[in-house]
Amino acid sequence: MITLQNVSKKFRRAAVLDDLSLTLERGDRVALIGSNGAGKTTMIRCILGQYDHQGMITVNGLEPRNNRETVLKTIGFVPQIAPPLKMPVGELLRFCAGTTGIGVADIEDIGKRLEIDLGALANRPFVKLSGGQKQKILIAIAIARKPDLIIMDEPTANLDPQARQILFDLLSERGDLPVLISSHRLEEVAGLVNRIIELDQGRVVLDDVVEDGGDLSERLPCEVTLARPDGAFAKAIADWRFSPSNEDIVWTGEVAGADRLRFFGVIARYSGIIDGLEMGKTSRNLTSKGGDKNV
Amino acid sequence: MRGFWLATRLDISESLRARWFLFYSLVFGGIIVVLFLFGLTESRVTGFTGLTRLLVTYIQLSMAILPIFVLITTVRSLAGDREAGVYEYMLSQPVSLAAWYWGRFFGRFVTVFSPVVLAMAVAVIWGVLRGADVPVFHFVWYSLLLVSLSFCFLGLGFLISSMTRSSDVAQSAAFFIWLILLMFLDLILLGVIIRGQAPSELVVTLALANPLQVFRTASMMLFDPQLIMLGPSAWLILDAFGSTGYLVWGFFYPIVIGLLAGVFGFWIFRRGDLV
Repeated sequence: MITLQNVSKKFRRAAVLDDLSLTLERGDRVALIGSNGAGKTTMIRCILGQYDHQGMITVNGLEPRNNRETVLKTIGFVPQIAPPLKMPVGELLRFCAGTTGIGVADIEDIGKRLEIDLGALANRPFVKLSGGQKQKILIAIAIARKPDLIIMDEPTANLDPQARQILFDLLSERGDLPVLISSHRLEEVAGLVNRIIELDQGRVVLDDVVEDGGDLSERLPCEVTLARPDGAFAKAIADWRFSPSNEDIVWTGEVAGADRLRFFGVIARYSGIIDGLEMGKTSRNLTSKGGDKNV
Repeated sequence: MRGFWLATRLDISESLRARWFLFYSLVFGGIIVVLFLFGLTESRVTGFTGLTRLLVTYIQLSMAILPIFVLITTVRSLAGDREAGVYEYMLSQPVSLAAWYWGRFFGRFVTVFSPVVLAMAVAVIWGVLRGADVPVFHFVWYSLLLVSLSFCFLGLGFLISSMTRSSDVAQSAAFFIWLILLMFLDLILLGVIIRGQAPSELVVTLALANPLQVFRTASMMLFDPQLIMLGPSAWLILDAFGSTGYLVWGFFYPIVIGLLAGVFGFWIFRRGDLV
């Protein structure tokens, strides 16, 4: 699918990618991790044909710099920072739909799944939208074109848990579609991937398999019991769409399987007031009551 | 071609939304309004000459304003887009670099050329409605010369944008180029060179090489065929070229400069890092 052979990239004299060699196959869902300056974004830009570089990169056997249109038609890209586009959303959608031969309605349909009404936002300047809205639009554009590969740079940074769950569902529906996700922190994307590549100073320092890469559409019913009601906890757990009962002592809801590490990270902040935590395992079409419970 | 038209449309609608375009249109529209009052006053006395003179004054003011406007707005938006990360996303879309670059070039050409010629056309129509004769010859030639001048500086703007990595550097370079060309206008440096008894060939070459001077001489030639109002180099040029020959040069030379600059800019754009 993607092959990098001895790829090097220097900015002035500083080597950002240093003789990098990698192969990504169909079915790989790769977390590309590393600290700032490790070379993640540079590597992505090389794959997108945006940087001149040494060595060879091929996507489906084609070199991106020399076969831009063909290669980029097969890649859905979501950047880390949404571009400050002054154009209205409708115009952005028309441009992106026009370059890929899909209809604006296709993007709007994905938008609906992500709970954003793109028709209503058509005349709003893209740059004026919230971070989450921009992210959803870029994800909708990337997925609607039915790519052979999705590249996402920090894709879930601005998404709420519900939107992340929908994103996981959308990726899950695309079967063994290869995904390359760049992130600073592994726990942000660990549930999404089945392979981890860590870069440091432009070199691969870790290339490992994640055995836990389960079904992306999996949802885990969860119940949190508090020692006492707490306003800050209520606010934090409301983002995850949990419902209170028993005078705000017991909170129940569902957590996306791929998002559970992030959920535990939130819960850990309130460990002092948590009396109990129960998380089950169930398929998304089953009710939480029927699932096997893991405590 | 689909990518080309998509990029053209994108650039035109982006320009129409931009504040610079509003200001740009208001400047040229405002000039016409102000000049027209003088033109009308004069036409009562001299008839046909009034409208022609209005066009001459307009074209001279255009020469002063249009190049710097085109240069600065072009490099600001192109280099600014790259700097802000717009290119990272837009160039991840499956559009060829040629379609993207030339589509934007064409779109920008339409937006810088249209207000100038539209303002001139409105002046002509208004003058005709007030009873003046239509200076068709002047209108057509002035339009052609404006096409040529816009194209030239657009090409230079795209070249500067491709060569620079930041909008600050791009704007400084654009301003510097404009200043250099301004310095080599007939009445300034060329006059000084002639005073210093430089060879006439050098003076003519410098005057012919400067697209601003070429535009200025050609536009004045339409109004003042003997170039009495112009400086010494124009006299030499008129002797060497003849009136028609110089008009042809005046139209084609800036276009060739703009095209070469645009092509060179594209070559730089596509061979290096895009973002």
